[in-house]
Amino acid sequence: MLGIIIGVGAVILIMSLGAGAQSLILGQLDSFGSDLIGILPGQSDEKGPPASVFGVKVTTLKLSDANALREEKNMPHAVSVAAYYDTSVILSWQDINYSADLNGIAGDYLAVDGGEIKAGRFFTQDELDSSLRLVVLGSRVAQELFGDNNPIGQRIKVKNKSVTVIGVMAERGQVGFSNYDDLVLSPLAFVQKEIAGVDYLSAIRIKIDDPRNIDESMLMAEQVLRERHDIDKIGDEDFSVRSFRDALNLVTTITDALRYFLAAMAALSLLVGGIGIMNIMLVSVTERTREIGLRKSLGATNNQVLNQFLFEAIALTLIGGVIGLLFGVLFAYLIALVVQSLGYNWDFSVSLSSVLIAIGLSIMIGVIFGYYPAKRASRLSPIEALRYE
Amino acid sequence: MKKALLDLQSLEKTYVSGELETQVLKQVSFQIEKGEFVAIMGPSGSGKSTLMHILGLLERASAGHYYFAGRDVSLLNDEELAHLRNQEIGFVFQAFNLLARTSVLDNVKLPLIYSQNKKKMDERATKVLKSVGLGHRLDYYTNQISGGEKQRVAIARALVNNPAVIFADEPTGNLDSKSGTQVMKILQDLNADGKTIILVTHETFTAEHAQRIIRVHDGQIVSDDKVKKRRIAEEGELLK
Repeated sequence: MLGIIIGVGAVILIMSLGAGAQSLILGQLDSFGSDLIGILPGQSDEKGPPASVFGVKVTTLKLSDANALREEKNMPHAVSVAAYYDTSVILSWQDINYSADLNGIAGDYLAVDGGEIKAGRFFTQDELDSSLRLVVLGSRVAQELFGDNNPIGQRIKVKNKSVTVIGVMAERGQVGFSNYDDLVLSPLAFVQKEIAGVDYLSAIRIKIDDPRNIDESMLMAEQVLRERHDIDKIGDEDFSVRSFRDALNLVTTITDALRYFLAAMAALSLLVGGIGIMNIMLVSVTERTREIGLRKSLGATNNQVLNQFLFEAIALTLIGGVIGLLFGVLFAYLIALVVQSLGYNWDFSVSLSSVLIAIGLSIMIGVIFGYYPAKRASRLSPIEALRYE
Repeated sequence: MKKALLDLQSLEKTYVSGELETQVLKQVSFQIEKGEFVAIMGPSGSGKSTLMHILGLLERASAGHYYFAGRDVSLLNDEELAHLRNQEIGFVFQAFNLLARTSVLDNVKLPLIYSQNKKKMDERATKVLKSVGLGHRLDYYTNQISGGEKQRVAIARALVNNPAVIFADEPTGNLDSKSGTQVMKILQDLNADGKTIILVTHETFTAEHAQRIIRVHDGQIVSDDKVKKRRIAEEGELLK
C-alpha cells in the first residue's frame, strides 16, 4: 500500500516538476529570441550542436561576413545584425578580482540581445566600430567589483590593459543559456586585437522582421556565406546557421526524454508496491480460507470468488493510488510555490494525462498482482477450505 | 416409478495422498425421498462427513452414481454444482460459519447475492430471520449474539433461497441443551412443512429426532432403519 502511494506520488510529482522545469527553460528561451537566427563557426549536422559548442576553435567566421549579412540585397528580412567574440577574463579594480565573460561586440547589439542601461551610457556606434578601451559591465560584475562605489568613469584592468567603465546594464538574470549579469561588453576590435589576438568571430546573430520569415532567411544567410567562403557543395559548410526555435525544440526533446525516464523510474517503485499488495492478498486468502469455503458452499462460483478477491486488490491499489495522487499534487504544488516565490517563471501543472496514467497504473497493478492470489482463492475446494483451521 | 430426490448407486470415494490410497466410502447405495428427515450416524472417521459432502455437492464421488433430483451429478460442471448448491441446498454447520464483523442480516443475504434472483433481498432475509425468531437481531454483528442464536442465523441462511434439502452437520454439537433443543425443534418444524432434512450426527439422542437413521461404519452402510419411537423436540426435553 505504501509502495503504491509512494510510486503514484512520485510519478505525479516528477511529471509535474518536469512540466514546471520545462516551462521555466522554455519561458526564458522564448523571452529571448524566437525571431533570432544564430550563425556559429564550424559545420554541424542537422540535429547536433556545432563543433564550437564543444570548445573547438574554428576561425572561419569573420566580421566581414556579418557586414555582408547586414546588406539589404543579401538579407531583405534582417532587421539588425550583431557580431560577437567571447572570451573569459579576470577583471581587477584596486585589489578586487572577478572572473567574467568578456564579449567583444559589433553591430546592433542592443537591438538583437536586448537589455537596458542602468547607470552611465551604452557605446555610441562610433565607439563600437573603434578599438577604444571602453567597457559596459553586467550588473553582477559591477556589484562584485565596486560594491557601493560608483563604477562610472572608473578604470579597471583586463589582461594588464586599463579600460574605462562607461555604463552598467540593468539586471536581467539567466536568459536562455547565458547569464547576462555576468557579461562585460566591449568594442569587438579591442577584444579581438588587444585581448585575444584573433581576427575571427564566435557568433553572429541576426534579428528577423517576422518569425515567419526565419526559415527563408536562414537559407539566404547560408547562401551568402557559401558564396563568400567559396563553398560549392551543400553540406560542406564551415559554418552553421541556427534558429533559436531549433534550440527550443532540442531543449524540449531533451527535457521530455528526461521526464519520461524519471517517471519510468518512479513507476518501478509501483512494481515493488504491487508485490507488496500481492503478499497482502495472499495472506488474506490464507486467513479467509474458511470464508472462501463457506461462500462456495453457499453457491459462489469460482468466478465469483475470483472477482471478489480481484476487486479487493484493485480497491487496495486504487485507494493507494488516490492517496499517492493527492500527495504528489500537494508536493508539486508546494515546490511550485517555493520556486515561484524565488522569482522564477515556474508553471504548476498536473496534466490530466498524468493523473489518468497514475490511476490507470494503480488499477493495472491491482489486476496484475491481485490475479494470482484471487485465482488461488477461487481454486480452493470448498471442503478443504471449510476444514481449514 | 417415482424418482427419489437423492439417489446413490454403488457410490465410492477414495482419497489419494502420494502413494497412499484411502477408501473412505465403499459401495454406498440408498435413496432419500422428498420430505424425509434422515439422520446419518456413525463414529468419527466412519465416512459420514464425506458422505454428507458428496450429498451436498461439495465433493465429487470417485465411482458410482449420484442422482440429485434426477440429474447425474458427475455430468455437471463446477459452475452448475455451485448453482445447485445455491438454489437447492442449505447447509448448517457445527461451527456456524458465519462471517464475523458482518451483520446478521447481511450473513443471511449472502446466498441471495450468489443467486440469480436478487430482488427484495432485505425483505426476504428479514422474513426468514423472523421465522427462526431472530427478528430483533437483524442489525447485530454475529460476534454479539449467543451460540444458539448463531445457529439459528445459520439455519435462516440455509433457508433463504428456499432449497429442496437442508444438510445439518452436527448442528447441536457446539450448543447447550436448551439451544440444541430449539435448533432441533426448528428442523422438525421445517420437516413438518415438507422440507427434506439430512442430519449428520454421532449422538443417538439427536439422531432419534429424525424419521430414519442410516448408520455408517468404516465407509459402509451397516443399517438403515425407521425410527420406532421418534423424539419430539420441546422445552424441558431430557437431553443426554
